[in-house]
Amino acid sequence: MGVVHGHCRSGIDPLIMGNLRRIFLISVPYGWLLLLFLIPFAIVLKISLSDAALAIPPYAPRLEAGSGLKGVWDLLTRFDLENFVFLTQDSLYWKAYLSSVWIALVSVVFTLLVGYPIAYGMARASDEWRPTLMMLVILPFWTSFLIRVYAWIGILGTNGYLNQVLLWSGLISEPLVILNTNLAVYIGIVYTYLPFMVLPIYATLEKLDHDLLEAAEDLGCSRLQAFWLITVPLSRPGVIAGCFLVFIPVVGEFVIPSLLGGSKTLMIGKVLWDEFFSNRDWPLASAVAVILLLILIIPIVLFQRQQQRQQEAEQ
Amino acid sequence: MDAQKAEVFAPWEDSDSKPIIHFQNVTKRFGDFTAIDDLTLDIYEKEFFALLGPSGCGKTTLMRMLAGFETPTEGQITLDGRDIAMVPPNKRPVNMMFQSYALFPHLSVADNVAFGLKRSDMPREEIPARVDEMLGLVQLRKFANRKPHQISGGQRQRVALARSLAKAPKLLLLDEPLGALDRKLREETQFELMDIQEKLGTTFVIVTHDQEEAMTVASRVAVMDNGKIEQVDTPERIYEFPGSRYVADFIGDVNLIEGAIRSVKKTEVEISWAEGLPNLRAAAPDGIEKGQNCCFAIRPEKVSISAEKPEDAANAIEGKVLDIGYLGNMSTYHVELSNGQIIKAQVANQRRLARRAFTWEDRVWVSFTATAGLVLTR
Repeated sequence: MGVVHGHCRSGIDPLIMGNLRRIFLISVPYGWLLLLFLIPFAIVLKISLSDAALAIPPYAPRLEAGSGLKGVWDLLTRFDLENFVFLTQDSLYWKAYLSSVWIALVSVVFTLLVGYPIAYGMARASDEWRPTLMMLVILPFWTSFLIRVYAWIGILGTNGYLNQVLLWSGLISEPLVILNTNLAVYIGIVYTYLPFMVLPIYATLEKLDHDLLEAAEDLGCSRLQAFWLITVPLSRPGVIAGCFLVFIPVVGEFVIPSLLGGSKTLMIGKVLWDEFFSNRDWPLASAVAVILLLILIIPIVLFQRQQQRQQEAEQ
Repeated sequence: MDAQKAEVFAPWEDSDSKPIIHFQNVTKRFGDFTAIDDLTLDIYEKEFFALLGPSGCGKTTLMRMLAGFETPTEGQITLDGRDIAMVPPNKRPVNMMFQSYALFPHLSVADNVAFGLKRSDMPREEIPARVDEMLGLVQLRKFANRKPHQISGGQRQRVALARSLAKAPKLLLLDEPLGALDRKLREETQFELMDIQEKLGTTFVIVTHDQEEAMTVASRVAVMDNGKIEQVDTPERIYEFPGSRYVADFIGDVNLIEGAIRSVKKTEVEISWAEGLPNLRAAAPDGIEKGQNCCFAIRPEKVSISAEKPEDAANAIEGKVLDIGYLGNMSTYHVELSNGQIIKAQVANQRRLARRAFTWEDRVWVSFTATAGLVLTR
């Protein structure tokens, strides 16, 4: 009855109204993607096909306003893959890509080793403690990421707090060199990305039905066996999600390696920064970014598919 | 069938038989809360024993102590004469079927059933045959390779049963095993459970809040309330001879009439219960005394209802039809007496509805014999 009423008043077929609404709802996320992802990416791609030039902005050719279709055609004919070819010629770039992927993989392993016990502890904590623990995991996000990484310089430095405590306690007689090494980079990454590992694992562990563990014990498992045979396999979706959430941003990370890493720490994010701001070679930097994105598309697609599979399994 | 079985199988009446499980003055406290209060109970081999009670009565705690997930605060639990307080759950010859079934979602049906066997000392090569045997028992061979989320609720229930029986435990605990099934499936499954129990001869202990389920499947029922056992008896005796108001009221439908003993004859007592209404005549229980407060309990199906005062009934009281509850196979008449007490009388619907003898506001007589009800003093 309500439908008939609405039909009379608005004079628009409710079916069409429904379709319009659906189109509107779908258009919001797609518009978002178009505006904030596709268009910027197209601009980066365009710059990567251009040549460096002494101009502002520092590349050529550029599309002149009012030049019409001919101007667009002119532009297209002057594009080339020179920058991408250059990336393959200088070993610095593929070494940086490989090194970034390697550092990201190692970081994922460390983050998992630190994050899983934290998530497990949170999930096993009593109900009144869980919000507090959750808060403690999220709390670091409330201060600037940059400031927190700077703070690690104060901790890890030769005269830093860590060395002072170790010297004072007599465990070491000479200060450890940690800052400006890969170790410092790993510490910084594990620290920064820990919540991305902890939260998805916690989400799966928290859902875990305690009856399953009791059933496993009832059927002859020790506590440890029950953990390996039940808890670990059932928390796998959270572990996979956490690993992707850490791996993907760490590959392109540049703040941590530039602040905590040394001259030997080679990461593609740092290379990109140098090309962009030190060399002011925007086209080459853009090419580095495009390749980085292409490398990351593989894990991103895998991650999406895994998420989708898990959602289907839950239904 | 049940009555026959009870005649053959009644180890609790035989003073020579040893119980498989013995609770001796067991108390369990959680902080200030006493879940089990000084409880003593025997369960015999091959019994199908039901723990029945409302939620929070302690029946689940009792079961979890048998499984090993809780330890008694005081007292002792013995299994086959051995104290099991310090034996962890994975070392007990006891298996449990969980209310949630607790099937492992990442394992196939067959792997779920094999789970316990793989942790036992059964040789690896014998496991598949045992799994197949168990799946045959619950008629799930076809579904061996499915995951739990790919089968129906009733099938999951059977997997849970097969898994908990696979290790051939001395004692199987069933925690509300049929609670999640719809009524029809539940009734079918009750009989299947009984068949399986009889076939295997395993001792079953079932926890349930559904009195019909307990009455159907169990050889004996323990009615629990507030951490204590109110009564342990066969289903027939629990229903026909409840020991207290609580048990009478909890099991089935009952009319409870409060009164006091007016006179005691050899086999009969008279109970005064309402001014201006005749005393009730009832069979005398042992050791009853004049003047004692008591409660007369009578089941609705033992109350007759008629338009005229019946000549030969020991008790007949006039009233008016207040409500009729139509249940299909029978109707429950709520008859209001002159003192406001409502008596429920249940009558089988032998005639079609249109030709029913009484309707609302009719004056009727409710009547019952002296032996139809029970005088309760607790």
